[in-house]
Amino acid sequence: MIKLEDLHKSYKIGNSSLHVLKGINLNIKEGELIAIMGSSGSGKSTLLNIIGMLDLLDNGTYRLDNVEIKNLNETKAAKYRNKFLGFVFQSFNLINYKNAVENVSLPLYYQGIGRQERQQKAMKYLQKFGLGDWSKHLPSELSGGQKQRVAIARAMVTEPKVLLADEPTGALDSKTSHEVMNLIQEINNSGKTILVVTHEEDIAKMCKRIVKLKDGIIVEDKKIKQNLIKSNV
Amino acid sequence: MFNKDRWQEIFETIKKNKLRTFLSGFTVALGIFIFIILFGLGNGLKNSFKEFFLDDATNILYVESGKTSKPFKGYKASRKIEFENEDLYDIQKFFSFYLDYITPRITRGAKIKFKNEYGNYTTRGVAPSHQFAEKTIVTNGRYLNDIDIKQKKKVAVIGRLVSRDLFGEEDPIGKFIDIGKTVFKVVGVFKDSGGDNEERFVYIPYTTRQKMEKATKKIGSIIVAFKPEIGNSGALAFEKQLREYIKQKKFIAPSDSKGVFIRNVSDDLKRNQQFASALQVIVTFVGIGTLIAGIIGISNIMVFVVKERTKELGIRKALGASPKSVINMVLQESIFITTISGYVGMFFAVLILKNTGDRLEDYFIKNPYINLSTAFFATIVLILFGAIAGYVPAKRAASIKPIVALRDE
Repeated sequence: MIKLEDLHKSYKIGNSSLHVLKGINLNIKEGELIAIMGSSGSGKSTLLNIIGMLDLLDNGTYRLDNVEIKNLNETKAAKYRNKFLGFVFQSFNLINYKNAVENVSLPLYYQGIGRQERQQKAMKYLQKFGLGDWSKHLPSELSGGQKQRVAIARAMVTEPKVLLADEPTGALDSKTSHEVMNLIQEINNSGKTILVVTHEEDIAKMCKRIVKLKDGIIVEDKKIKQNLIKSNV
Repeated sequence: MFNKDRWQEIFETIKKNKLRTFLSGFTVALGIFIFIILFGLGNGLKNSFKEFFLDDATNILYVESGKTSKPFKGYKASRKIEFENEDLYDIQKFFSFYLDYITPRITRGAKIKFKNEYGNYTTRGVAPSHQFAEKTIVTNGRYLNDIDIKQKKKVAVIGRLVSRDLFGEEDPIGKFIDIGKTVFKVVGVFKDSGGDNEERFVYIPYTTRQKMEKATKKIGSIIVAFKPEIGNSGALAFEKQLREYIKQKKFIAPSDSKGVFIRNVSDDLKRNQQFASALQVIVTFVGIGTLIAGIIGISNIMVFVVKERTKELGIRKALGASPKSVINMVLQESIFITTISGYVGMFFAVLILKNTGDRLEDYFIKNPYINLSTAFFATIVLILFGAIAGYVPAKRAASIKPIVALRDE
């Protein structure tokens, strides 16, 4: 599904440049639930941003579903993001003046889907994630766990090929963290490829594979026995 | 261009960001409001100015006498020149080609009394045609006529304010007033757009004034109106010939600049028109200044609005909004708000100007107005610049990478 070969990325800071990714090789198959771990500064978020086409790579190749992603301009990147990728952020990044269902339907708006259909699809995902009763609430009226579930619904509504989660549980307590991870596992079980960036060991253990980054290179890549969470929703 | 879905999205944004909408709308409305009010008041100022200085007929030469400064033909210098009735007839005869009408004016102050009310006013002994020279408007009764002149009748036409002071609400027509201890019958009341002072005059036949002053034939000054069709050059020629004629008749040295003065109103008119256009320049300057201030105000608001939305725009981009659609959204929203509020501001300003009328006359502002086309033009300019002002920060926001915009604050 995702194939990275000799990926390099550096940032210019003033006169010096900071080499963040120093040749990443990674092959992710369809249906994987993969945790990318590393301390801060290891380049894990940069890697996710490049996979998410929020940032451009300097060197190397990036193939998504056998399509090489290169020469991206903003418009093309936006289109790909919208079509192939779903994002979940640590700080949720919901639009605060839109209610849950409006937030969830926003990616569909950028696909040019009609209002009725947007609404229906968004409601379907909210209900699926147990938020049917909260569809008309603003983000400020939702708990952290609910917000993250809305964000996941928003990421899933376009039925993307890959779900990218950047510290999805970073702002949540352990109980809601587990709820959110449970949801991610469920989505994964239905066949979706998911990348989770985290620095928490127990969160990583809920995935099927752990990739450890240090100073811009992969130091460890192992399949693990997934720590499945019992559904309590 | 028209996309129902996009508009819906914009309306939702507007509806849910009332403060922001209000702020940007208010700035635009206020900008256009102040522009129109100031521009209108400037026009009002111009109106009063015109009325003040341009109220008299403009085809007029004022002929005044003075003292000679040079000896001539056996006469000593410092001789006082005085006009007499003869001069009137002679000028009339000699210059019939140029002349429209002619009237003397004998100005005297007098205490005027009616019953227990009295006051000091200026009387003018004049001929009937003086009415045209001053553009006197008779509101009640009649002006002086030829019979009054010929029979030296003791009749008076009094100004509106004289009437108000002496008679109050009473109708003065047919009443008798005391002008310098001579009894006159009031035959008319007039108003004059030249302002309060002009409405404190009392007009009497010049022959009557002469009779009161021991049957003198002397007249103060002469007002000569030329035919308007002779034009400016004709007027200048007439003025020159008239001066020469009077100098010759009164034995004034041709090089003497003192004995007789002729003031050409068309010269005044030119000067006043220059002043009026200077006023116009000031008004325009003030208008452009306000407009620029308004544009700066909108630019500020737009920068603020886009700044506030940076994160939201980043989210939208991460979810698949292209830079173009982000810019379009911001611009369409801002143009929509500025258009609506711009025209609201314009509407109220024009409404206020329309209802002001002459209420501010005490401050020399009369009938302030603005051309609707000017108002529309200014509004469109403001909207246009609002859009440009919005475009720059919107473009910048759209080109910020989503990761930067999404970075936790």
